[in-house]
Amino acid sequence: MTDQLASSLSAHDMASRNLQLTSDGQLRHFITLDGLDRAMLTDILDTADSFIEVGERTIKKVPLLRGRTVVNLFFESSTRTRSTFELAAKRLSADVLNLDINTSATSKGESLSDTLLNLEAMASDMFVVRHSQSGAPHFIAESVTPGVAIINAGDGRHAHPTQAMLDMLTIRQNKQRFEGLRVAIVGDILHSRVARSQVRALQTLGAEEVRLIAPGTLLPADVDSLGCTVEYDMRKGMADLDVVIMLRLQKERMEGALLPSEREFYRLYGLDTEKLALAKPGCIVMHPGPINRGVEIESAVADGPQSVILNQVTNGIAIRMAVMSMAMSGQVAERASRSRQQEGE
Amino acid sequence: MSTSLRIDNARLADGTAINLLARDGLIQAMGAEPVTGSAETVIDASGLTLLPGFVDLCCNLREPGNGQKGNIASETRAAARGGFTTVCASPDTSPVNDSGAVTNLIRDVARSSAAIRVLPVGAATRGLAGELLSDMVGLSNAGCVAFSNGTRAMANARILRRCMAYARTFDLTLMLQPLNDALAADGYAHDGKVAAHLGLLGVPEVAETASVMEMLLLAEETGVRLHLGQLSCARSVEMVADARQRGVSVTADVAMHQLVFTEEALSGFDSRYHVLPPLRTEADRKALLKGVEAGVIDAIVSQHQPHDSAAKQAPLGVTEPGMSTIESVFSMGLGLVQQGELSLAALLRALTAGPAGVVGAVSELKQGGEASLSLWDLEGQWHATPGNIQSRGAHVPVPGRPLSGVPHWTVAEGRVVYRLD
Repeated sequence: MTDQLASSLSAHDMASRNLQLTSDGQLRHFITLDGLDRAMLTDILDTADSFIEVGERTIKKVPLLRGRTVVNLFFESSTRTRSTFELAAKRLSADVLNLDINTSATSKGESLSDTLLNLEAMASDMFVVRHSQSGAPHFIAESVTPGVAIINAGDGRHAHPTQAMLDMLTIRQNKQRFEGLRVAIVGDILHSRVARSQVRALQTLGAEEVRLIAPGTLLPADVDSLGCTVEYDMRKGMADLDVVIMLRLQKERMEGALLPSEREFYRLYGLDTEKLALAKPGCIVMHPGPINRGVEIESAVADGPQSVILNQVTNGIAIRMAVMSMAMSGQVAERASRSRQQEGE
Repeated sequence: MSTSLRIDNARLADGTAINLLARDGLIQAMGAEPVTGSAETVIDASGLTLLPGFVDLCCNLREPGNGQKGNIASETRAAARGGFTTVCASPDTSPVNDSGAVTNLIRDVARSSAAIRVLPVGAATRGLAGELLSDMVGLSNAGCVAFSNGTRAMANARILRRCMAYARTFDLTLMLQPLNDALAADGYAHDGKVAAHLGLLGVPEVAETASVMEMLLLAEETGVRLHLGQLSCARSVEMVADARQRGVSVTADVAMHQLVFTEEALSGFDSRYHVLPPLRTEADRKALLKGVEAGVIDAIVSQHQPHDSAAKQAPLGVTEPGMSTIESVFSMGLGLVQQGELSLAALLRALTAGPAGVVGAVSELKQGGEASLSLWDLEGQWHATPGNIQSRGAHVPVPGRPLSGVPHWTVAEGRVVYRLD
């Protein structure tokens, strides 16, 4: 059974790899961290590092995507993520089109396939996709014409790979390396695409331990298959931590009887000064935002010396510049090899 | 008008020689020795295996109301190609088959356009809403052989109990798919490791098993003849076996794809494998196979659900469940036999005598009996591709890999309803 599990997951990884990489191993879509190896993730982090410097210049532009059209295709509204993608694309000199589909086409009954056909007619080079359904960017990558890069800006409960990578960049800036690190992710793991991508990134980059801290109602059914340790008691779970990542809690969780109240959640799983003191002295505190102060984190902690939450925002632009430029150059290389092949015929 | 048909040189599944003469839909002579007598159609079945016509307890023909997905003519042609000579038509059409008028319409269309026999299954509740009983006796008089609530649950246990008590009064069979709606919620994948990994909305095992338990207890109390459709969990098989031992009148079926695939099929977000109940674990698959082998599960069904392309062209969670399976059912089963996972005898029983017993249909080949059968090249292979299947639904369960067993002829009530070109 375990052999079969390993072989089947690697089949899934292989499929994800084939979807996202060109035949010579360059990134062409960025949809999930499944199937991407440590070298690729490190390459993304290194590229992002080089873009951080761009943000510090007076003229914050590089011409890597000049003449390219990037469409922000947001089927679920998000101001923050969309703004950082927009800013990243503009710093790469791309033309950017923002489409909030949840308020236009689909509410008129147009199918996703039809929406895509219309957008392709606009000769876009890249779609940045956010969708409430797990697997939507996967579906889009399989249905668009070759040559268009798909960047996942968060799909359902599945993945949010740019968020996870910017978190990895933040961790690397603070801890230099991933080996030996004990990292906890706390809160609503079940509904979190961020958590799923973070788990995968940390495992691929070689963290010592990924610990999930949550009540049973906020963990997926077969949580053991994720390869993490699980801890229900946050006070115990804080021991030996180098990094603690807090997740945002949605208010709907109370209505679905997953939790009794915000107050009880904060008492048990909220990160306050007292709980943080149980971790290693240099433990950093992260949160993908937006923060619910007093629900998952105490203000004194969020604004305290161990918090790196604001670095995360800065790093978000650099990571998005990195994956956009890498995916675009993968697509360009692939287009070139396709046209060489056609000439050969 | 008389029709006659002779089959020479065929073999039965056990290898014995068989020759057969049919006239006016009935078998006039059959045996190991060549039969004499002229016939309008003579089939030289050298190298082919003769099997009794299969019976399907759960098939969506999509008529009336869903012509873009299929109709009685197209989907019974597909069934004939799959070796089926009788299919039960699920009531979830549009309009729902909850009145004698709809049943009559289905039977009229079937009489003029169906390749094989269509047995309508009536809706147990009006509009399948699970709240008000349908006119079950009237539907039965119009020709419904059993009553089901499609893929939808009853509103509550009180309605379920009354539905059973009413059906019991008139000796009607209920064919119910066990599902606790509140536990299934909006799920579309087994609540297991693939769902955990990909962030899919899960249907927990207990959404089925809690409902199986409730149905078995109520069936025991009311004494209704209950058939549980499309089981997907190991625990369900255990509970059915236990109930039967206590003398509860319960039969059960499983969809062929549950015997072949597991939750892993969804690991690339492939909407083809979005089915309900969802594909579950390897342990469940093994237990379901054991259930079929032991006869705890009486029938294997196609749960044929042809779709137009738009129904499946979307992110996984918003696609429609179901595949176009009926042409691949026997070949998938034969694959299981070849891998040593199921005996040929159990496979054939679950496609013939097992389901026939549930709805009082015939499947046995005997002198004077109905000439409904198929002839297969069991060694041959074929590919199910949208271009070479009869169904309007292109979402076949096994694309791109060869399937075992090529159907050459299907004969329903003495008429040739499928032949290989």
